Amino acid sequence: MGAEHLPASEFDIEELEQSLVTSDPAAAPPLVQLMAPDGSVREDAKYGQYAAHLDGDALRAMYRDMALVRRFDQEATALQRQGQLLLWPPLLGQEAAQIGSGSALKPQDYVFPTYREHGVALTRGLELSKVLRLFRGVSNGGWDPRESNFHLYTLVLAAQSLHAVGYAMGVQRDGDDAVTVAYFGDGASSEGDVHESMVFAASNQSPVVFFCQNNHWAISVPTEVQSRIPLSNRASGYGFPGIRVDGNDVVAVHAVTRWALERARSGKGPVLIEAFTYRMSAHTTADDPTKYREAVEEEKWRERDPLLRLERYLRSTNTAGQDFFDQVTVEADKLAASTRADVLAMEAPDFEDHFANVYGDPHPLVQEELEWHRQYQAGFAEDNAGRAEGEAR
Amino acid sequence: MATMTIAKAITSGLRAVLADDPKTLIMGEDIGKLGGVYRVTEGLQAEFGADRVVDTPLAESGILGTAIGLCLRGYRPICEIQFDGFVFPAFNQITTQLAKIRSRSSGMLSAPVVIRIPYGGGIGSIEHHSESPEALFAHTPGLRIITPSNAHDAYWMTQQAVASEDPVIIFEPKRRYWLKGEVDTESAGRDAFSAQVVREGTDATIVAYGPLVPVALAAAMAAEEDGNSVEVIDLRSISPIDFDTVTASVEKTGRLIVTHEAPTFGGIGGEIAARVAERAFLSLEAPVLRVGGFHMPYPLAKVEEQYLPDIDRLLEALDRSLAY
Repeated sequence: MGAEHLPASEFDIEELEQSLVTSDPAAAPPLVQLMAPDGSVREDAKYGQYAAHLDGDALRAMYRDMALVRRFDQEATALQRQGQLLLWPPLLGQEAAQIGSGSALKPQDYVFPTYREHGVALTRGLELSKVLRLFRGVSNGGWDPRESNFHLYTLVLAAQSLHAVGYAMGVQRDGDDAVTVAYFGDGASSEGDVHESMVFAASNQSPVVFFCQNNHWAISVPTEVQSRIPLSNRASGYGFPGIRVDGNDVVAVHAVTRWALERARSGKGPVLIEAFTYRMSAHTTADDPTKYREAVEEEKWRERDPLLRLERYLRSTNTAGQDFFDQVTVEADKLAASTRADVLAMEAPDFEDHFANVYGDPHPLVQEELEWHRQYQAGFAEDNAGRAEGEAR
Repeated sequence: MATMTIAKAITSGLRAVLADDPKTLIMGEDIGKLGGVYRVTEGLQAEFGADRVVDTPLAESGILGTAIGLCLRGYRPICEIQFDGFVFPAFNQITTQLAKIRSRSSGMLSAPVVIRIPYGGGIGSIEHHSESPEALFAHTPGLRIITPSNAHDAYWMTQQAVASEDPVIIFEPKRRYWLKGEVDTESAGRDAFSAQVVREGTDATIVAYGPLVPVALAAAMAAEEDGNSVEVIDLRSISPIDFDTVTASVEKTGRLIVTHEAPTFGGIGGEIAARVAERAFLSLEAPVLRVGGFHMPYPLAKVEEQYLPDIDRLLEALDRSLAY
């Protein structure tokens, strides 16, 4: 029986559509903002209290950290251009999202980053040049995560969101008060592991903060391709709060993250934070944004630059003067110089090290292949010695 | 000594590790109240609580990914995947994350997750419930893969897997879950990552593992009636493979047949054949033969017996080997 036998549609599809919608899931959520792009303060009865403790010292420290990591990022980009790094994913534009959230963490909290969280690394006390070991090709890790509670970068998108939930499930069993933070982006939000991690976190009411940096671009694909609704709205589908914060407002990011952390710490379960920000640079040094986005868009976001915003506040309120900014510049240049020196001093690892950590317990195949490799290499040494001897004669 | 089915031997092994180490926990789908679809974890949640025997949401990547996180917090999770064909949503977590965590952290981190997977066919089931995906995991450095074939090994290898510092996948021969055997609960006898000669012989060697070990033994008995003495090796460990035991046997018998339910192409049999050719070429009286699955998705249950290696197919291969 073909479709021609079906009666003509008499349904009012639009009416049915309307009856399905109880509240509009696509409605733009309020954007939490405590400092406007011009540096003026915005009152917020709910989240303002979570930033009330930020005095002049704290705000200057945040500016300093944002400036340091921006300079570091610039140096890493240069090092890649000069052939000293294989690749570099710049964080330019996302400094407030990262310094604001990272600075809200307590030492016992545990961070699971993706691969662009250089600013968070700084807040965890990680020596930044260690991050570059991965991008220099001398290590796939580069630091001991247990020292800074900052896990290794994860390149397979969103895999770490489940690790964060599992770690938090362990925290719950230990009766500890640590919270884990899973960082990911708007692109990775489409990955199944983000969905599964939110299901597991909600099911267990685990102390996890999902921190999504919506930087608007997953390499060349805009956020609209990932989601028809604001990402923070997705949280309600899992049964926990979602909140959208101005990701270029370091004070608001700090306040919202502090709120989410304390909420999770008190046993109320996970929160999704969508930090609304912008990747002002390329996805990585191998990318060319001119092929997929307009300069006018970049220009619009430059006006919302996170460092500029805090600088305007610090200057207009006389919280910091020119001396402070000069001093930060000097410090940032020093960091850049030491970063460069550290990178150039990084030596290629011994290939034999690769055999050492495939397994923890002895493994006959790895042992056999290591021995073969050693003999093979030793053969070259003997050849060279023989040749040298021949030449000497 | 105690007589147990393979399923109950695994239950007992799991009970022993849960009792021994408070950091161990079991997680999977339907493993709590129900005791798992094969009842392997039956009674354990009542005994150890819902925090140690965890009914997870229905998401395999979620199970493996959270298990890795639990390891980083100092726990030792034992994950159950309900069926062989359902492991693939977790393939990414197992191969890109779990298998590499030690090497990419230069040995600073480890994730000794144990993954239990009921595998293999012959149970008259619908698709995705009868597969043998062991070679896909054996190809991944960083993982260990074992498969017991009897109750004693099931009891001990489960515990040895948990004791390992490495991630271990235990492929459990589900059609043999109800096979009874003697378990020496005092002594394991050997470690989980070695092979075992389960029948001595002089004319040819059959290497089998998991569900096909009883088939290989039956074939050897049938061959004996024809006057042929066949040695049978239970491989037990698929990664690493105990090539010393296999090579020693081939040096004695000169003939080798490897059998598994998985398709032969790109399978464990090919790896064994290559290694034996490298190590014992001059001992071989005949080419190494493989008796395994065809290069097709696992067939329909109504005709699966034509796919599965059985006594006759092993004897046919033995005839070819002896006549070479």
